[in-house]
Amino acid sequence: MKYLDEYRDGKIARALAAEIAAIAIRPWVLMEICGGQTHTIMRYGLDELLPRTVELVHGPGCPVCVTPLETVDRAIALALRPEVILVSYGDMLRVPGSTSDLFRAKAQGADVRIVYSPVEALKTAKANPDRKVVFLSIGFETTAPANAMAAYQAKREDLKNFSMLVSHVLVPPAVRALLASPSNRVQGFIAPGHVCTVMGFEEYESLASDFSVPIVVGGFEPVDLLQAILMLVRQLENGETRVENQYVRSVSYEGNRPAQQILKEVFEIADQKWRGIGVIPGSGLRLREEYAMHDAEKIFDLDLISADEPAECISALVLQGVKKPVDCPAFAIHCTPENPLGAPMVSAEGACAAYYHYRRHAVAS
Amino acid sequence: MANPKTIAEISCPTPLTTRDSVLLGHGSGGKLSAELVRDIFLPAFANPALAKLNDQAIVRINGSLIAVTTDSFVVSPLFFPGGDIGSLAVHGTINDLAVGGAQPLYMSAAFIVEEGLAMDTLRRVADSMQQAAAAAGVQIVTGDTKVVEKGKGDGLFISATGIGLVPDDLDLSADRAKPGDHILLSGPIGEHGIAILAQREGLQFESTITSDSAALHTLAAAILKASDGVRCMRDLTRGGLSSALNEIAGQSRVGIQIEEKLIPIREEVKGACEMLGLDPLYVANEGKLIAIVEPNTSHRALEAMRSHPRAASAEVIGKITGVNSGLVTMKTLLGTTRIVDMLAGDQLPRIC
Repeated sequence: MKYLDEYRDGKIARALAAEIAAIAIRPWVLMEICGGQTHTIMRYGLDELLPRTVELVHGPGCPVCVTPLETVDRAIALALRPEVILVSYGDMLRVPGSTSDLFRAKAQGADVRIVYSPVEALKTAKANPDRKVVFLSIGFETTAPANAMAAYQAKREDLKNFSMLVSHVLVPPAVRALLASPSNRVQGFIAPGHVCTVMGFEEYESLASDFSVPIVVGGFEPVDLLQAILMLVRQLENGETRVENQYVRSVSYEGNRPAQQILKEVFEIADQKWRGIGVIPGSGLRLREEYAMHDAEKIFDLDLISADEPAECISALVLQGVKKPVDCPAFAIHCTPENPLGAPMVSAEGACAAYYHYRRHAVAS
Repeated sequence: MANPKTIAEISCPTPLTTRDSVLLGHGSGGKLSAELVRDIFLPAFANPALAKLNDQAIVRINGSLIAVTTDSFVVSPLFFPGGDIGSLAVHGTINDLAVGGAQPLYMSAAFIVEEGLAMDTLRRVADSMQQAAAAAGVQIVTGDTKVVEKGKGDGLFISATGIGLVPDDLDLSADRAKPGDHILLSGPIGEHGIAILAQREGLQFESTITSDSAALHTLAAAILKASDGVRCMRDLTRGGLSSALNEIAGQSRVGIQIEEKLIPIREEVKGACEMLGLDPLYVANEGKLIAIVEPNTSHRALEAMRSHPRAASAEVIGKITGVNSGLVTMKTLLGTTRIVDMLAGDQLPRIC
């Protein structure tokens, strides 16, 4: 496939890996933040290509994994109401809440529908005027503008039966929290290319300077990631702490202004709970007051549904890059994608699931 | 943020380990389906023919080896590029017999029809079944019809059973693969699944991909004629290439290693999979098979496949190994190795 095969080329990948090996003199710990990048690293076995001096740890960048338990519980409670059609992206359906998941709710008769785009959720609302359509609006800055557009259009068209249950997360505040943590081991970050396509990368400058870490905005193909790792190692070996952009074919410094505009129009910054981690100040989005009529939290009485995450779960350490999935005694034994015990095993992009699907033979041998 | 704990201090939350009701994933052909068969049906029906867990059961009646298979078809939409539920039911049934080495002979078909279905739709489906059966030399000799209330079925479900004759000394059970055997794939994968997805409500995208739905009995016969070293065959269905390989690895207690660059996939299928976040190794097929053949005669089996119109681009995609028993691994385009796991349920579209 043109424009993709080039970035999966074995020869180029091996050449980049050799260059990394040649310049990585000291040991370095690098983190990719986005679950899509974790997925690529595991799927293509990039860790096998890297020298021992470069260790990759995996960040909290799987929006499905970090959606808080109580949001899942609220979505299930809404879905079970006979008047509600709950519309969601597919990979949220398997995420376990406190006692059930959306697949089980569906098996109990809940009307749960999978969409690829929030536009489909709006169409569902229009096609079912006698039902209340709730869209489970989750994700990072990547999905947020399209979801914001759905709320914007619903308001403009006065689509009274459409609302959103919002649980949006933002990358830079999470990186800041990781870096400020006393347990942090990460010395360089690969910033998420898709998020930066929307947001640009200006907001990463202060992270790099405040914490003296290099940050490279990276793409999602194997060659992208190896090049981003090379750029990080080069900076680290030279004692530099700049923000660089590897993913130039998609990311510009200022990002996608119209997308940022619609985000500002519809959402405001809020404190946000991350599953497995806890509350990170200013790391989420909520609907502005002007959109209250499309805010499921305000339309439906959901306040009584709350859930506390189990305080001590290794997934918190995995999501912060302190531990690797294989360090967990339950990994691949009691905890599998069929019976996920923690958030990162739930979605294909969670670090534990990526290890399980692609790499457990290496663990076994 | 939490401080790091020692391993002894940490524990994962344990939400959902019991399964008290059937989920859609139980019908995906992945691990959940296997669990259902293992926990409910095998204990209930226990007998030696069933215990082999092949696509068809082979039983001896009056000295003849008879292959029996049954399958239900619940595809939506009923008509799709490259086929319809009727031809699919015939092809699927024939293929389950064919990979057991059987000559398919007779079929039955049961129709569960939702009240209100257009009579013309049913007529078109029946005609299509007859055409598919006639082309394969199979007769549909008995059937049944039930009508359910509106809203209690999705237009039309078909359940089909087929029987065929197996040559006397032939055993193609999935437990016969041995280290060193070659894995032959009959052609590009993922076409049926993507053709269907492209038609689904809420997901329409422009595509020229048509389903590969086809009867494979002449292909299977050609392979068996060319090589006497065929250990087993599987047609690829719901769970894709991955499920078929994982089943063989599990039942034969061997490792399987395939090479990514050798697996034929059409550009359009690759593109659609990229867009939808799907892995083509798990996407459904309805006209492809894999044959596990001992290495000395695998080239003859491959030639036979390539000279058959249904398998012109057949490839040897890997081999059976003695390591990593029960696991399927793949050498990636970068030369690294990864697991090709069996999925728990259906592949879910990713959010980003």
